[in-house]
Amino acid sequence: MTAFTAIVVRDMRLSIRVGGGALMGALFFLIVVTMMPFALGPDLALLARIGPAILWLGALLASLLALDRLFATDHDDGSLDLLMMGRMPLELAVAAKAIAHWLTTALPLIVITPVLGLMLNVELRAMGTVALTLLAGTPALTFIGLIGAALSVALRRGGLLLAVLVLPLTIPVLIFGVAAANAAIVGPAPFGPPFTILCALSLASLVLGPVAAAAALRHGLE
Amino acid sequence: MQLKADNLVCSRGGREVFAGLNFSLSGGEALVVTGRNGAGKSSLLRMIAGLVHIAGGRLELDGGEADASIGEQSHYVGHQDSVKPSLTVGENLKFWARYLGAGERTIDSALQAVELAPLADLPAAYLSAGQRRRLSIARLVAVPRPLWLLDEPTSALDVPSQNRLADLMRSHLAGGGMIVAAAHGPIGLERARELKIGPS
Amino acid sequence: MAVIDLANPTRFLTLVNRVLPWLAAATVLLFAFGLARAMNAPDDYQQGATVKIMFLHVPAAWLSMMGWGLMSVAALGTLVWRHPLADVAGKAAAPIGAAFTFICLVTGSLWGRPTWGTYWVWDARLTSVLVLFLLYLGVLALYWTAEDPGRGSRAAAVLTLVGAVNIPIIKFSVDWWNTLHQPASLIRMGGSAVDPTILWPLLIMAGAFTLLFFTLHLAAMRNEILRRRVRGMRIIQAQEVRA
Repeated sequence: MTAFTAIVVRDMRLSIRVGGGALMGALFFLIVVTMMPFALGPDLALLARIGPAILWLGALLASLLALDRLFATDHDDGSLDLLMMGRMPLELAVAAKAIAHWLTTALPLIVITPVLGLMLNVELRAMGTVALTLLAGTPALTFIGLIGAALSVALRRGGLLLAVLVLPLTIPVLIFGVAAANAAIVGPAPFGPPFTILCALSLASLVLGPVAAAAALRHGLE
Repeated sequence: MQLKADNLVCSRGGREVFAGLNFSLSGGEALVVTGRNGAGKSSLLRMIAGLVHIAGGRLELDGGEADASIGEQSHYVGHQDSVKPSLTVGENLKFWARYLGAGERTIDSALQAVELAPLADLPAAYLSAGQRRRLSIARLVAVPRPLWLLDEPTSALDVPSQNRLADLMRSHLAGGGMIVAAAHGPIGLERARELKIGPS
Repeated sequence: MAVIDLANPTRFLTLVNRVLPWLAAATVLLFAFGLARAMNAPDDYQQGATVKIMFLHVPAAWLSMMGWGLMSVAALGTLVWRHPLADVAGKAAAPIGAAFTFICLVTGSLWGRPTWGTYWVWDARLTSVLVLFLLYLGVLALYWTAEDPGRGSRAAAVLTLVGAVNIPIIKFSVDWWNTLHQPASLIRMGGSAVDPTILWPLLIMAGAFTLLFFTLHLAAMRNEILRRRVRGMRIIQAQEVRA
């Protein structure tokens, strides 16, 4: 396992040291959420009702856009070649990168969620539930986005292509994430079923994402 | 240990780069691949490393580990140095040593071998192009692997560093290792065989 | 000592080291005095003791604006006069300004809870401060991302000036957005004349906060100069080992 932890440690170090990379996702999240009331109006009752949805959309965009450079930097400096020549299966190497990315991008985002919830007038108890659904759902976003990051590096295109490729794939996560959050806050549907499905989506993408991403990288070789 | 290529075909983007390439290389031998730009020197090296798809023919490493691919038993030094500027010199090397499956005991001696030991704690961003290349080469010393694939290894290196690299290559060959290098000029090995590919 | 001499970072460092302890001591004294006066100020007949948050909130708000003003002057110094200390001053001011803006937001939010019954309302003032905070974070992000400090500070200087031009426009549009959606239903601050028993502690606290700002700012400038020297020494260290 030491090759696996080596990647996790290196990638976390890189994203903490390079340009506040880890905080950029949380910052983007903060800005997206702040922009919403400017479009919707400062009506607190309305914001409280759609708050969980706003937070989920913000988290979705923030965690996906931050994935853009996941493989691109390693590709540009030749590290990706060497990562493919390791003894460890590429699937695991890719999974290690995704875990490091989740820890440095998604986790700070979940940590600031309660503060943003205050601004959207979501109750404190409800805030905990939204953060819990994000905790359960963001791994799915990262590991699905991993496929897009691998495809975009194989095609040597970045930026919006990633969003175009990946956003449709994240629809189920968005549906069940917001459903679970709303069920806990307004009811009347029970919280359990959508939340369990959300966890299932995360677990499934934990397997599917690395396999598909590794395949995309291998076929990007020519 | 022997590396054998039988009737290798390489095509990139639908265009055939070379075809019918044959060579064999035994332990302790070095092969210098020469040819014009675009003849497929880099592609051949990447093909051996497992980074370019083999379009036809066979490539085998006899006497190597049975359950490891050729790429997993070789080192590849390409045009890029795989050095992260925000990590220190030591952290960069330590990562590759850990990832490629060696302990950290070899780190210090490897840094000494490329004369970067005094800079171990300096962020790699401060290194010159030649120093970065040397840090990249330190990987070959830190992690023992039988086959070295070197793409223009002397570029960016000054004459003393080129001699140092030649020393490292000689001791690798003396230990029964193999080297395949792509180069335009001499790389400092006296008894290297030459393989010319592409149209002359 | 002429102002032009201060352009020399070494002279500047000597001066900072001499001034900083006195400035820090003055800050502590003024804070002690201001806080004592603030604690003795009468409670508001409507808001009770919570009105005392004002003594932190209002000075922080004022310094959040001053921070950007200082950065704008420094940005002009960087872009127009290429003064060697200007980009150091600008870079050092950004996190401090952001911190005061953050204090302003937090105290405002804590004040809002007993007054408005919620931690946050999209009130025009609060929202403008929030946008200012986001602008500060943008400048900070630019400094973090830039690998070459020289290029980073010029980019940040441009962004600072663009922000300075934009802040009034943002303020105006936020006011307009707010009144469009929400006819004045909130408590207006500072609408009436402020009683001297409150005004004096407020002014003293504002002075103490300003001194605190400059103490932190000078210390941060010193750190930045030293950081750049470390960088220079590392470059030399890398060059000394054979290239």
